[in-house]
Amino acid sequence: MATAVSDPAPHLAVPASMAQVGKLTRYQLREYLRSRRYVALSAIVLVIGAILTFVVAHFRGSIVSTSLAFYGSFWGAGADIVIVLAAVFFGGDAIAGEFQNKTGYFLMGLPLRRSTVYIGKFIAAFLASVSMMVLFLAILVLNGAYYFGTGLLPWQLGISLVLAIVYLVAVLGATFLFSSLFKTSAYGFVLTAILFLFGFSLLQDLVADLVKIEPWMIISYAESAIGQVFSASPNWGITGTAVTTTVGMGRFMVTTTTYTAGIAEAVVIMIGYFLVTAAAGLWLFEREEFS
Amino acid sequence: MVGPSLEARGLTKRFGRFTALDGLNLKLEGTKCVGFLGPNGAGKTTTLKLLTDMIFPTAGGTWINGTSVQEHRKRALADTGVLIETPEIYPSLTPNEALGMVADLRGVPASERKHRVETVLAEVKMSDWANQKYGRMSKGMKQRINIAAALVHDPQILILDEPSTGLDPRGVAEVRAIVRALKNSQRLIFMSSHILSEVVDVCDEVALIDRGHLLFYDTLPNVISRFGGAHASVDVQFSRPLPPDAVSRTIPGIPGVKNCQQLDARRLRIQFQGGLDAQEKLAEALVGQHLGLVSFSESESALEEVYLSQISRGD
Ligand SMILES: Nc1ncnc2c1ncn2[C@@H]1O[C@H](COP(=O)(O)OP(=O)(O)OP(=O)(O)O)[C@@H](O)[C@H]1O
Ligand SMILES: [Mg+2]
Repeated sequence: MATAVSDPAPHLAVPASMAQVGKLTRYQLREYLRSRRYVALSAIVLVIGAILTFVVAHFRGSIVSTSLAFYGSFWGAGADIVIVLAAVFFGGDAIAGEFQNKTGYFLMGLPLRRSTVYIGKFIAAFLASVSMMVLFLAILVLNGAYYFGTGLLPWQLGISLVLAIVYLVAVLGATFLFSSLFKTSAYGFVLTAILFLFGFSLLQDLVADLVKIEPWMIISYAESAIGQVFSASPNWGITGTAVTTTVGMGRFMVTTTTYTAGIAEAVVIMIGYFLVTAAAGLWLFEREEFS
Repeated sequence: MVGPSLEARGLTKRFGRFTALDGLNLKLEGTKCVGFLGPNGAGKTTTLKLLTDMIFPTAGGTWINGTSVQEHRKRALADTGVLIETPEIYPSLTPNEALGMVADLRGVPASERKHRVETVLAEVKMSDWANQKYGRMSKGMKQRINIAAALVHDPQILILDEPSTGLDPRGVAEVRAIVRALKNSQRLIFMSSHILSEVVDVCDEVALIDRGHLLFYDTLPNVISRFGGAHASVDVQFSRPLPPDAVSRTIPGIPGVKNCQQLDARRLRIQFQGGLDAQEKLAEALVGQHLGLVSFSESESALEEVYLSQISRGD
């Protein structure tokens, strides 16, 4: 048999870890872009955009009274769900899937640091998610152009976009952490989906209503900043506001306190979430066995 | 310069309370092919995973070319090709893309990548599938791609866990030919296998492990003479069932025959004393008895007997 085996190559210079992260990101991103779930999520984002377009067109009124009100309600209503769905779709099984699908056995035989795999996958998931945000943004801007012409977009949208990106990073940090807790894709998916679609906001309400403290430790609390930017007088501060209302219900008086994060506070919470979850996720992944 | 090396020192691995490897010491050095044998659950895959940092030792450690795998996985694996546990590649990738990715991550210069990928794909007879999606391939085709992935950077050391798993007979023969060719070109190959004929055929040395303990590690001829006794053996087959008399009296009566074991109605394994000369006489004698001899072949059983006797000693 003719074999094409040559003499052993001189010792190859394995690329630096930073370069490997870049390469891995590129390959992983290509994998995401080709996946069925990318197509599915694009369709979901289009549907969300279509629903919002329809709702705005149907009710008009105060929604389109000013461009600020329009962008605030359209983007404010949709960005969060798009971000959370993207993070769940691309991050929910990012690490668990490497175990379940045995692709990890393939990567682990390569001269890579484990952190290289984690970071490369993270950046790829981030970029794939950003592309979903861009899709949603395009629908928003098209609608805006229809109602307000193709003039300048409100500056608040720029800031809100930056906040949305920071929120995405925080949410992805958490989904990656959850996904490194499991070796089965479905668990990672289910946990991240439950937590981000309603678990965290439920916890937030519990903390606010029962414990009666500002729920700054819950990631969803920070998300309100994305919409708050568009309000008439946003709270840019590092401390949240608490509004207490007392309602009479028959013989009972019910007092509820609504907390709203300051925008700077929200940024700190999001960055904090990212740092803690990324460190914990990396720590876990460094110690996970492919057995 | 010292040749390539793989080493396990005091290597212990526990899964919960179960000890899969117990203080394994093994050092492979130089360019050769070492077969890694042992019954199911002996700890072969565990050892190979510890050598490649897929799992972590409870005690002890592993070294590749003197570099600690646990401390410097990246450096240790730089010049190593690995195939463990039939891994999967991202399903949407084609072999061209997947191998290109491996070559890229391993630092094969861009100018050589295409050529290397084509070369290894040709070697595993998958050139025609270079642009098909990996996810749609059969198990054996995937395994061929996995073998190609382990070779694409032309590594000095190869760690292979049952590389011919899932391959068709032609595939098994091809893997054998690939390993043999690799061995001839100055590499250290450590390969687990259950196919003793494959090991006899391509390996220079064998290590036998059972229940987490190394039973021996030596060259093939040494192993057979040390543990196998002095008897050679042949497998013979007849066209018709043997008369009981032949098995119990006539054949054992042939000069030089030490033992005659009936494998089934028409097949025997005969142990005899002496070399080729004695083998020739035995064949002539069997033909002379007109029992309907149709096949006469040296059995691979020398290694098999060593294997079975060493493994069963522990029971
Ligand atoms: N993750 C794990 N958890 C618990 N036990 C394990 C784990 N991995 C392996 N083992 C046990 O360790 C022992 C050695 O397993 P290993 O896979 O190394 O065997 P092997 O020699 O490769 O066997 P085979 O020939 O079947 O491939 C087995 O008893 C197995 O059950
Ligand atoms: Mg095994």
